[in-house]
Amino acid sequence: MSASKQQAHVPQTTGHVWDGDLQEYNNPLPNWWLMAFYASVVFAVIYWFMYPAWPIAGTFTTGFKTITYVNNKGVEKTVHWNTRALLLQETNEAVKAQKPYFDKLSSMSFEQIAKDPEMNSFVLSAGKELFSDNCAPCHQQGGAGKVGFAPNLTDDDWLYGGHFSEINHTITYGRHGYMPPFAGVLTDQQMTELADYILSFEKYPVNPASAEAGNQLFHSETAACYYCHGADAKGRKVIGSANLTDSIWLWANVPAAKTIADKEAAIKTVITGGLNRGVMPTWQGRLSTDQIKLLTVYVHDLGGGQ
Amino acid sequence: MEANAEEPMHLYEKRIPIVPRWVRGKFRNFKSAVLVLAYAIYFVLPWVPWHRLSGINQAVAFDMVGRRFFIFGLTVYPQNVFWLAWLLFIAAVFLFFMTTLLGRAFCGYFCFQTLWTDFFMIIERMVQGDRPARLKLLKQPWNGEKLLKIGTTHTLFLLTSFWTAMTFVLYFGYAPQILHDFVTGNGAQAAYVAVIILTLSTYIAAAFMREQICQFVCPYGRFQSVMYEPETLVVTYEYRRGEGEKGRAGMKGDLKTREARQAAGHGDCIDCGICVQVCPVGIDIRDGLQYRCISCGLCIDACNGVMGSVGFPKGLIRYDSEINMKKDVPDNPHLNWNRLKVYGYLVALVVMTSMLAVSIMHRTDFEYSVQQVRQPLFVVLSSGKIRNRYEIHLTNDSDRDQSFHISTEDIPPGSLDMGLMQNAVVHPGKSVIVEASVEMDPEEARQHKSFEFVIQSQDIEKDHAEVKVSFFSENSQI
Repeated sequence: MSASKQQAHVPQTTGHVWDGDLQEYNNPLPNWWLMAFYASVVFAVIYWFMYPAWPIAGTFTTGFKTITYVNNKGVEKTVHWNTRALLLQETNEAVKAQKPYFDKLSSMSFEQIAKDPEMNSFVLSAGKELFSDNCAPCHQQGGAGKVGFAPNLTDDDWLYGGHFSEINHTITYGRHGYMPPFAGVLTDQQMTELADYILSFEKYPVNPASAEAGNQLFHSETAACYYCHGADAKGRKVIGSANLTDSIWLWANVPAAKTIADKEAAIKTVITGGLNRGVMPTWQGRLSTDQIKLLTVYVHDLGGGQ
Repeated sequence: MEANAEEPMHLYEKRIPIVPRWVRGKFRNFKSAVLVLAYAIYFVLPWVPWHRLSGINQAVAFDMVGRRFFIFGLTVYPQNVFWLAWLLFIAAVFLFFMTTLLGRAFCGYFCFQTLWTDFFMIIERMVQGDRPARLKLLKQPWNGEKLLKIGTTHTLFLLTSFWTAMTFVLYFGYAPQILHDFVTGNGAQAAYVAVIILTLSTYIAAAFMREQICQFVCPYGRFQSVMYEPETLVVTYEYRRGEGEKGRAGMKGDLKTREARQAAGHGDCIDCGICVQVCPVGIDIRDGLQYRCISCGLCIDACNGVMGSVGFPKGLIRYDSEINMKKDVPDNPHLNWNRLKVYGYLVALVVMTSMLAVSIMHRTDFEYSVQQVRQPLFVVLSSGKIRNRYEIHLTNDSDRDQSFHISTEDIPPGSLDMGLMQNAVVHPGKSVIVEASVEMDPEEARQHKSFEFVIQSQDIEKDHAEVKVSFFSENSQI
């Protein structure tokens, strides 16, 4: 080690002396620590000027940094920086990223979309999100529906039709299913006969005589079921009346009922009280035309076509 | 107070600049050849064109946007990451293998820190001259000449560093386009950040840090050192021959012939110090094996040159092993293969390399997965039939469009409904999801609790897969 560096090491003190001989070593903070501290002070001051920082009475300092986003009315807004605006800005970007797909989607027909593997993949992934956000509360996640509440979209029974145009119409304008109550119009005996007639389509072991009486009643002017459900009891898609001959039930939970008597009772409840519950809201105005188009293809993928 | 007045310990010793002398010899030539080859590969590769049906027409390109790496005829996707894992394993075992045979040969000849430092030293020599001139320049006061020479050197350093960094970035896309965008200010932000960071790190590591990287930063140097065995060939000074009984001595007075030196009890080392002057890490190999030695062999070249000029036998410093040195009369140095460890590494290398090669050769050009739709698990249709739905994910890893045909086996014909999508066309590097719906009546469902999807590419015959899936119904035991 060079001689110049071998100077005597005299410990530094703070310079104060107490009681004649008490001194205090001066051990300053390391320079790197001090530098980091000063740098963070400078950073904090710059931050106060840039971002919302100090509360002042009922308001606060907003900072000079601004953020621009387009709100849901399409108006561009520039406000002081805040996380809500940041979220909206990021949402704008996400919408922009999806735009090429939606542009392509709006120029294609339903069939073209369903045939194009790339577009159909987009429908499956983006549609799943839209469906979960808007449709799943009633139709359940995955579209399986719920007996007595909302129809199953994954089967092949479609009250209002399962073709692209019909699904699109249903989503755009909504639906309202109605069946008048028959309490007081038909006797309990007559309703049991009707129930037996309907159950006979599915080959349940019901009393043949009763089912035959139900058949007569179904097509008579007394009950006049065939007005809506059709002479073949297969329903009419224009008015959304149910197909009574298949094994799919929306309102009367026939498959879950164990005995024939329970199955009859389930059907009779519907006949007695009628239905005014099958309400599907209109989505026009809430979702864009392209979003509805995308959902149409998605729902069609679930089980449409009939 | 008394104790504190002592001289404080200085834990930090300032680095003494290493100014190596240029040397000629076979190890220097080998080192230069490796440098030229490595630089040729690194700097030229991004500019080699390569025809592809889709993707970047460049021999080696890492397409981050398309999430695929093009390496000549091979396209690597993120899902092939285990190839990278294997490659790293192989590289590690190869390093161990080399180390146990040859010591830190990687450090001395192939490591990029060594290569770049070497290249920077060559620049220094070209601008400032060899060791004596450079030492003179170092001591010289700052005048015009010194400013010009040091300035030129560092300008060249920075240019080399910049082009090193730029070349790295060029691998991540179509090189001419990236360079054009970069120069015109339209490059990606990441490109600028990468170039700045790599320029600075190359400049600092190769112009200033140099051997300190090997000594204080690099873990390989340290763990390679502990893998040395007595059989390992390392740069060795033959102490007995060099020192004799009375130690090394210069070529002065009577000690000018070998016979006279031996008679006087002195060894063959004439203490010229050239071996120390040429050392890029600034050590004296005559002090024995040390952790700072990167095993580059330049001192061997230097000593052989000196021994040749004074007419003594060459090989006073050479690659040799500890066990050979212990012998009364050392044999000719040779690689010591016959060790269990060497065989072990060799077997591991061969097995892993062939597994990787087999895996790469047997790769298919597509990937698939079949997932059962579980919400709902099954649906009863109006006819009483049961429907299960499946999502089939297809990825095309080839360089051309592929059309996939999907069929089923083991279930009654007509059960499969693909909707409007009979064949799914997938573009290169893209994925699609295809929905398949299978319908069976309850009796058939009872008999077929599982079946197989057959996926067949219409364009590449070997892209074929059979996937077994379950069919659920009310009768399923879940």
